[in-house]
Amino acid sequence: MEIRVDGRRISAFAGESLAVALAAEGILHLRASPQAGTPRGMFCMMGVCQECVIRVDGRAVNACQEPVRDGMTVISGTLK
Amino acid sequence: MTAQHWTDLLVLGAGPAGASAALAAAEHGMDVVLLDEAADAGGQVFRAPPKSFVVANGKRIDPDFHIGASLRDRLAASRVRKVFERRVWFVAPGFKVSTFGPEGLEFWTAKSVVVASGTYERVVPMPGWTLPGVIGLGAATILLKSQQALPGETTVVAGCGPLVAAVAVGILKAGGKVGAVIDAASPGDWARALPSMAVRPDLLLRGLGWVGRIRLAGVPLLFRHAVVEVRGGDSVTEIMARPVDNQWRPRWDVPARAFQCDALAIGHGLVPAVELTRLLGAEHEFAAERGGWVPKVDEDCRTSEPCLYAAGDCTGISGAAPALLQGRLAGLTAALDDDRMAPEAFAQETSALRRKLQRARTFGAASARLMTPSPGLLDTVTPDTVVCRCEDVTRREIEAAFEAGAADLNQVKAWTRCGMGPCQGRMCGDTAAALAALRLGGREAVGPWTARTPIRPVPMETLIGEYDYEDIPKPAPARR
Repeated sequence: MEIRVDGRRISAFAGESLAVALAAEGILHLRASPQAGTPRGMFCMMGVCQECVIRVDGRAVNACQEPVRDGMTVISGTLK
Repeated sequence: MTAQHWTDLLVLGAGPAGASAALAAAEHGMDVVLLDEAADAGGQVFRAPPKSFVVANGKRIDPDFHIGASLRDRLAASRVRKVFERRVWFVAPGFKVSTFGPEGLEFWTAKSVVVASGTYERVVPMPGWTLPGVIGLGAATILLKSQQALPGETTVVAGCGPLVAAVAVGILKAGGKVGAVIDAASPGDWARALPSMAVRPDLLLRGLGWVGRIRLAGVPLLFRHAVVEVRGGDSVTEIMARPVDNQWRPRWDVPARAFQCDALAIGHGLVPAVELTRLLGAEHEFAAERGGWVPKVDEDCRTSEPCLYAAGDCTGISGAAPALLQGRLAGLTAALDDDRMAPEAFAQETSALRRKLQRARTFGAASARLMTPSPGLLDTVTPDTVVCRCEDVTRREIEAAFEAGAADLNQVKAWTRCGMGPCQGRMCGDTAAALAALRLGGREAVGPWTARTPIRPVPMETLIGEYDYEDIPKPAPARR
């Protein structure tokens, strides 16, 4: 299946987590830290640390907890 | 309209403890709702692969794969109401619980509750640990087991406890490259744990096999070392390791060794997730060797609050095998207290269970001790190291709060914002408390953060639902 990330099309396996699909494409920088704005990426993989918060189809989600869906639109690195 | 549900027993968490508790209580006629954030039961250790993944040979993924699979099969065949992909964001005494998930906001009311909320990971910070590419050891386990993915092309695996070797071997088995294995413990620390671990020769041999496999692969294996710095621009490119002394204090007098890598999997044990039991009013105690603050439970898993039970690693780190048994005990106790079981039947059914639990705990306690970091490791947290990832609070700022007179952990939080971000102090809480304990004389004196709702960040649109400005009753403007 295919998802759209920052305007780019990337392929992904059905059911895998969005964080993993992005990492496979070398997209590690998922959010900016709220105060200093430094790059952050997936860290705990269990929906606790909130470091992988990302915008998917307009919603803020934990990339590690979000299974990829065909055609989902993802914007990385903008949420805090 | 927000959905309201009622049940006899609400089980929070569908890992080994929660799933077993739900099954046991349902066997004795209770109406049970089993809630979890994940898409299926299993928790972190027995996490189910995504439903669209085809698993030809589960044993290749994980020798314990069948335990999780059989747990899920038994749940499927049971009367337990399985409610997954729900995040608990609110709990209140009298047992009102609210979740959000695919059905939006839901409310659950129950006569009794079993909390089986498990743990989260402890990572003692070091400069650069916030860089993308640094993940927890537990996170690496989830990547390998559930997602069939590697943390990076070359991963350095570091920290303490059995997960270090387990993750390194998991990466090697999956065909990945391990740059180095860096363990804060010494071979002597491991040797001291062996007698207690011998109660589970199967697991002990598995562990020894791991070390052999790491050596065989030619991976540098550094005992009594710690990662003291992570380097990179937008993500990890290199880590620096130093020897540590017997208190795990880095030896700054010895030159550091650099290892190139694009991922670092690091962890220093696990911390019980106790926000639910705390919000529900149960009494807690501090037990360093079991991971931190834990609810006080009696031998039947009762907390200090009536009809509130707790089981599994949220009552103290012990591992998945004891959690399966303790969960069952909690479920049976809930059934007993709800008059679904005669005391004689309860005594009969639990006597063998208690013996097995005792044995499983001996092993669990030994591995929990190996996971507990020695206090000297806090020296890797240099003044400029970020402690609170959410709010970018450094150790320097935390120390300044103590200089200014902060007398407990909640004051540090109020003054510095450490622990106030979206993870709500779960990632920094243990480190902040350990730093405070150095100044204030022990973890009991420091106390834990006050547990607060929302337990998970909940989107505002979920809370207000379809409610719009037009729906607000507005009084007519006053006449002049």
